[in-house]
Amino acid sequence: MSTSPLRWLLPFGVLAALILAWAAVVKLNNLPPYVLPAPGKVLETLIEDRAVLFASMLVTLKTTVIALLLAVAGGAALALLFASARIVEFSLFPIAVILQVTPVIAVAPLMLIYLSTDAAVLVCAWIVAFFPVLSNTTLGLKSVDPNLRDLFRLSGATRWQTLAQLKLPTALPYFLGGLRIAGGLALIGAVVGEIAAGSAGQGSGLAFRIVESAYRLNIPRLFAALLLISLTGILIYAGLSLLSWLVLRRWHESELGGRA
Amino acid sequence: MRVPGMNAATLDLLPRAEADGAPLLRLSGVGKRFANGVTALEGLDMAVREGEFVSLLGPSGCGKSTALRLIAGLTEPSEGRLDWDEDETARRGRERHSIGFVFQDPTLMPWASVFGNVHLPLKLAGVGRREAEPAIMEALELVGLAAFRDAYPRELSGGMKMRVSIARALVTKPRLLLMDEPFAALDEITRFKLNNDLLDVWRRLRCTIVFVTHSVFESVYLSSRILVFRARPGRVSAELVIDPNQPRDETFRTSPEYAGLCRETSLALARAMDAP
Repeated sequence: MSTSPLRWLLPFGVLAALILAWAAVVKLNNLPPYVLPAPGKVLETLIEDRAVLFASMLVTLKTTVIALLLAVAGGAALALLFASARIVEFSLFPIAVILQVTPVIAVAPLMLIYLSTDAAVLVCAWIVAFFPVLSNTTLGLKSVDPNLRDLFRLSGATRWQTLAQLKLPTALPYFLGGLRIAGGLALIGAVVGEIAAGSAGQGSGLAFRIVESAYRLNIPRLFAALLLISLTGILIYAGLSLLSWLVLRRWHESELGGRA
Repeated sequence: MRVPGMNAATLDLLPRAEADGAPLLRLSGVGKRFANGVTALEGLDMAVREGEFVSLLGPSGCGKSTALRLIAGLTEPSEGRLDWDEDETARRGRERHSIGFVFQDPTLMPWASVFGNVHLPLKLAGVGRREAEPAIMEALELVGLAAFRDAYPRELSGGMKMRVSIARALVTKPRLLLMDEPFAALDEITRFKLNNDLLDVWRRLRCTIVFVTHSVFESVYLSSRILVFRARPGRVSAELVIDPNQPRDETFRTSPEYAGLCRETSLALARAMDAP
């Protein structure tokens, strides 16, 4: 099954069927584009408005990627700190949890008061992306095989050797799993931030285009922007999956036979 | 009852007089209590002699693995002493690698190749890949895995992983090899093969082996001496000596001598488990 072309054809077939059904619903009910545009109309708008939409897509992508990079740096660094001193973990973990459980949409207006629009959107994206990296990396650093740890002790390994040659490789698959979740969340955070900022009349990301199109009842453009956001999410997910595969394919169960 | 091939089968003979073989290390009155209140060992007296293959045999939870970890220095005794002979003390001052340890699980690093896994103890001691290569290849030759140097652990069978684990313990040319039920998780056919290969390694390297097992048959087949442990608290309750010059092969495994030794050992184990 894994090598069969059906594996690729089936999902595309289902997707194509859904789009055809959508086109048929529009056509048969004679729906106006401001209620539900036909797929062809969305594509047409995408091409017509490509300059504006792709510029917005780049803005959103840039915010997401920067937030993700900062989340990786912050999350991994804090996880290392947690692993080295329990007291740091006890002190800081509740704060990380509070950041995680408070809905970012509720925090965004506050960010917009204190920060510039760009910075506020970035912080929103960072807040949601940070936690999975932190918690997964912390879990990974704690999942060291106790026998291997004993072996390192017997061999007289230094703290640094144990970290670099035992703890970090052990944590790597966990970290990459967290990264994949964080990638999707960073995009959500960026979109939420943009919508919050957009309602304040600023911003130029894809989410702002959606809000703007909704106000102007430019529904085909709303759909086109939505399509591009999905595409951005898919790109990020595919990129991170590829990274994970490249790093783990030789040894980790999660990537064995995954995409032979 | 005297059994051919057995020099002495003695019970409750502790502490025993050390007449033969220079002791490499001696545990005297060693006790170990864990933080949770469990007493793993109490009043343990035993010695390991240069060049011998000694098995620690006993039921689960009798503290034999704890004894092994004490010898390795992975845990400290709560009471009693652990004395190394002077040579060994001097040697351990200079270099840390006179002990090899083999765990029940192969305990390999999945992210490293066979070569990388065997390299580990030397790498941690600061010996680079190129410099360590002859020693690594020699250890891999010993366990018959030289052809698999670039394979990853997941590509190997259980028996092969165990061989890699043994090669890793041998790569530093340890004077003392500690093995904690290394073959317990393997099928019998693989285990027989590894038993023979281990004896071969022991004879060729002339190292000392302390082997923890719960298999009577395995301990009789491998050892020159068996220490039978009793549980709660763990201590040695019997000692059996088997002529180390006795050839160990499939003929031995099917011989009446072997059967007699197994019977004797089983009885000693049964007595150890019945002891109040």
